[in-house]
Amino acid sequence: MKKIKKMNKTTKSNFITYLMVIVIYLAVQAMSMTGNLSSLMKGLLIPLCAYVILAVSLNLTVGILGELSLGHAGFMCVGAFSSAFFSKCMVDVIPSSGLRFFLAILLGTAMAGLFGFLIGIPVLRLKGDYLAIVTLAFGEIIKNIMNLLFIGKDSAGFHFSTKDSMSLGLKEGGTVIINGPQGITGTPRDSTFTIGVILILITLFIVLNLINSRSGRAIMAIRDNRIAAESVGIDITKYKLMAFSISAALAGSAGVLYAHNLATLNAQPKNFGYNMSIMILVFVVLGGIGNIRGSIIAAIVLTLLPELLRGLNDYRMLIYAVVLIVMMLFNWSPKAIEWRKRIMVKIRPGKKKDEKEAA
Amino acid sequence: MKKMKKALSIVMTAALTMSLAVGCGSKDAGGSSTGDAETIKIGGIGPLTGGAAIYGQDVKGGAEIAVQEINEAGGINGYQVELNFQDDEHDAEKAVNAYNNLKDWGMQALLGTVTSAPCIAVGEVAYEDNMFLLTPSGTAVDCVKYDNAFRVCFSDPTQGVESAKYIGDNGLASKVAVIYDNSDVYSSGIYEAFAKEAENQDFEIVSTATFTGESNTDFSVQIQKAKDAGAELVFLPFYYSQAALVLQQAAGMGYSPIFFGCDGMDGILGVEGFEAELANNLMFLSPFTPTAEDPKVQDFVKKFEEEYGHTPNQFAADAYDGIYAIKAAMEEADIKPDASSSDVCDAMKEAIVKIEIEGVTAKSLTWDASGEPSKEPMVVKIADGDYAVVE
Amino acid sequence: MSFISYLINGISLGSVYALIALGYTMVYGIAKMLNFAHGDVIMIGAYVALTAMTGAGLPPLAAVLAAMVFCTVLGVTIERIAYRPLRNAASSLAVLITAIGVSYLLQNVALLIFGANTKSFTSVVSLKPISLAGGKLIISGETIVTIACCIIIMIALTLFIKKTKAGQAMRAVSEDKGAAQLMGINVNGTIALTFAIGSALAAIAGVLLCSAYPTLTPYTGSMPGIKAFVAAVFGGIGSIPGAMIGGILLGIIEIFGKAYISTQMADAIVFAVLIVVLIVKPTGILGKNIQEKV
Repeated sequence: MKKIKKMNKTTKSNFITYLMVIVIYLAVQAMSMTGNLSSLMKGLLIPLCAYVILAVSLNLTVGILGELSLGHAGFMCVGAFSSAFFSKCMVDVIPSSGLRFFLAILLGTAMAGLFGFLIGIPVLRLKGDYLAIVTLAFGEIIKNIMNLLFIGKDSAGFHFSTKDSMSLGLKEGGTVIINGPQGITGTPRDSTFTIGVILILITLFIVLNLINSRSGRAIMAIRDNRIAAESVGIDITKYKLMAFSISAALAGSAGVLYAHNLATLNAQPKNFGYNMSIMILVFVVLGGIGNIRGSIIAAIVLTLLPELLRGLNDYRMLIYAVVLIVMMLFNWSPKAIEWRKRIMVKIRPGKKKDEKEAA
Repeated sequence: MKKMKKALSIVMTAALTMSLAVGCGSKDAGGSSTGDAETIKIGGIGPLTGGAAIYGQDVKGGAEIAVQEINEAGGINGYQVELNFQDDEHDAEKAVNAYNNLKDWGMQALLGTVTSAPCIAVGEVAYEDNMFLLTPSGTAVDCVKYDNAFRVCFSDPTQGVESAKYIGDNGLASKVAVIYDNSDVYSSGIYEAFAKEAENQDFEIVSTATFTGESNTDFSVQIQKAKDAGAELVFLPFYYSQAALVLQQAAGMGYSPIFFGCDGMDGILGVEGFEAELANNLMFLSPFTPTAEDPKVQDFVKKFEEEYGHTPNQFAADAYDGIYAIKAAMEEADIKPDASSSDVCDAMKEAIVKIEIEGVTAKSLTWDASGEPSKEPMVVKIADGDYAVVE
Repeated sequence: MSFISYLINGISLGSVYALIALGYTMVYGIAKMLNFAHGDVIMIGAYVALTAMTGAGLPPLAAVLAAMVFCTVLGVTIERIAYRPLRNAASSLAVLITAIGVSYLLQNVALLIFGANTKSFTSVVSLKPISLAGGKLIISGETIVTIACCIIIMIALTLFIKKTKAGQAMRAVSEDKGAAQLMGINVNGTIALTFAIGSALAAIAGVLLCSAYPTLTPYTGSMPGIKAFVAAVFGGIGSIPGAMIGGILLGIIEIFGKAYISTQMADAIVFAVLIVVLIVKPTGILGKNIQEKV
């Protein structure tokens, strides 16, 4: 305990974040061992990990870089498809699922990072809502292209087409790996909760360290005042691209996790379209822009919520929408914040002094 | 900033506990409806919200009617049946969640899922768990890849091949245009099989145009292309809600070829406010027509209309037959409410190939171990604003 | 000949986008928020009009009026409950997310009330289609009415904002809320008025969207909503003539993309053109380029 007290505030806060993830992980593992975890919860663990990574990585763009991105699902899509393609091809070549999945993660992350870099170059020249709409546009283009990609493999090697699987001209015994809208089926289900948590920890490590580094401070300086940052000699393009590509790469790793959890992967508006991008943005904003721990909690709450509301049948999504609006108002409305502070003072009078100092 | 963070994290925790409380509360509510262990539990999965909700809700409706009838008639093996239908929003991930939720509930056999991509994902999990799966309308080949999975509808290739054969055999046209949804598994699956079979038939595909599920309001270009290519028949392997738009727009452009669809076309006359005359001469391959004279069909249609206020489509009919198939197989295998889902599955995959049921989608419905049903496809033609079976 | 026919189709699709984009851009220009629920207000408007026509047997024009009144009330209510409390929130993103919540809410309410079944919308336009060049080119009545509505609304909105007192107040609020308040302008009232007008426009757009493309489901509004958002940005968000130009261009690009490049890539082409335009002209076609101050 003494050690924790000695740490400075950011380190302490980061430490709490890591600790939170590890404690949740251990708790879930313990529940799983003792058989107290329902199948629903077990099934949700890997998607939860993917969403947490997505939320944290988007927070890097939205909260730290200060740019609104509505195309985050596109990067997830790139990661998912490239890694699933890899795993499907390599399933016979590399029998060890651990090694194969490790390589798949590296590949998916790298591909998404590359896309982030390439897309970031034109996108980051824009500002505000215009930037948002262009990221949305790129996300939709990626999804659209995935829907017309046909790749097959036979004895002569790989065949590509954008029309249909017949035009691949596969020889006898060839297999279609990516079948356009039908996507990739039969991806090996290599994702596990433990790997998911490890990826979360790596993501946190990268993001939190970036924030507290020299580069991170430069990025935040750009967010707070671009012109001032430029005038003190910060290379705006470099730092913006850096944050954007890292964010994209991390989203790619979430895509890998997602793709290797389901036997079927196809690019639908629901999973890789703007709907998903907006969903991730909801996690980030609800959890607090720039607040990494908040993103984690919000992603968990909002993913669990519709599942836990299943008992309400027809009213499920309705209640979900209402809860979302109410939570937003409660979290963000200046009046609600004031009210909360008053309540807080009443409950924990000692805290008042602390908070004043902190402010 | 610090202050805000603190407040936020407290609020989020509060929100978490609140949502958990809500969740638990609802779970209790769900628990009370499950009742005792004296019922046979059948799960259902399909899209009840989102763009594909029409199909899921009809499946739910058809299945509920069947369950109601069975319960009134004394249940399965003397036990009442309980149906729990969960929403998957037409998303593979949500479908697996729904599946796990049903497993927690104690599902013994699954009717679902309704749409193909989620069905493949659930199929994989169901195979690992050894859970009996009967999909009413999952048409993709991979839906019934495993030995525990069966389906009520025709597969995509069957529909594509049968359609091409029918068009070729009956000499309906020599120039054919295809419009399909290239973001949809069902539609593109049928298209591929159709195009392959078309090579063996003496008609030519002169124009192929696509649309995506999202931008499905304007079909003028696709229709124009078919028209310019001089197609006498336009093949529309997608669902009736979009097909209604195609027909309306084609009429607006003064183009009236023969339109030919698949089982997804069934229900087009049920679109509220749709001018039936636009669909005159529309043909489609379907195992079910709500106007068939069969008293069984009429009885089902009447009940469905009373309950839900609209004419059932083929989804509802498939689900209705699906529940009866589960019933027949459960009776054959003598399933009891206390049997585990794995035992049920083992017994039912043996049993389902032995049964024969008289359903609303076929006079005689049987299955083989591959999971495919054997039933005769019917070609339905719309004439004078009503469905009629073409002999 | 088919070129002209595609052009007409493009304009008719574009006019619908333009009509929706007008509502979007109006709200954005004054309240500075992306109202993601706009598409769903359109859907509600169409349902109300349909119910008024088939259920209550009202004539089309009365049904449109009923839809406008309903949507106005709905829009103002949404603004009051869900958006106003967040107007002074720490980030402008908060209200964007709430708008998404409202969008989910409207879709699910519609799903519960009207069901998931597709409803065929009876066109409110009784104008006969015009056929040119011996029947080879057909311009539907809906297209003519939609374009006429677009132009009338565009001119009326421009005049309203330029000439009337309320319009001046809107411009003042959009420039600087604080200063406007000091000048004695009722900021809350002005923004509520903006939402009222925007929602009434949404009702008209909904009715015309469903007249041109006559199917209606609870999700009818979402994709046109997004497309219209793209159109508004394309034309320069906040600019009323920009929304009109952006909408029509978007429609034409979409149809030409499908016709001459690939039907499979239609969406990708639309978005690619948008990206190119924004990279060349970062604030859209008619958008104002506001210089940043240090």
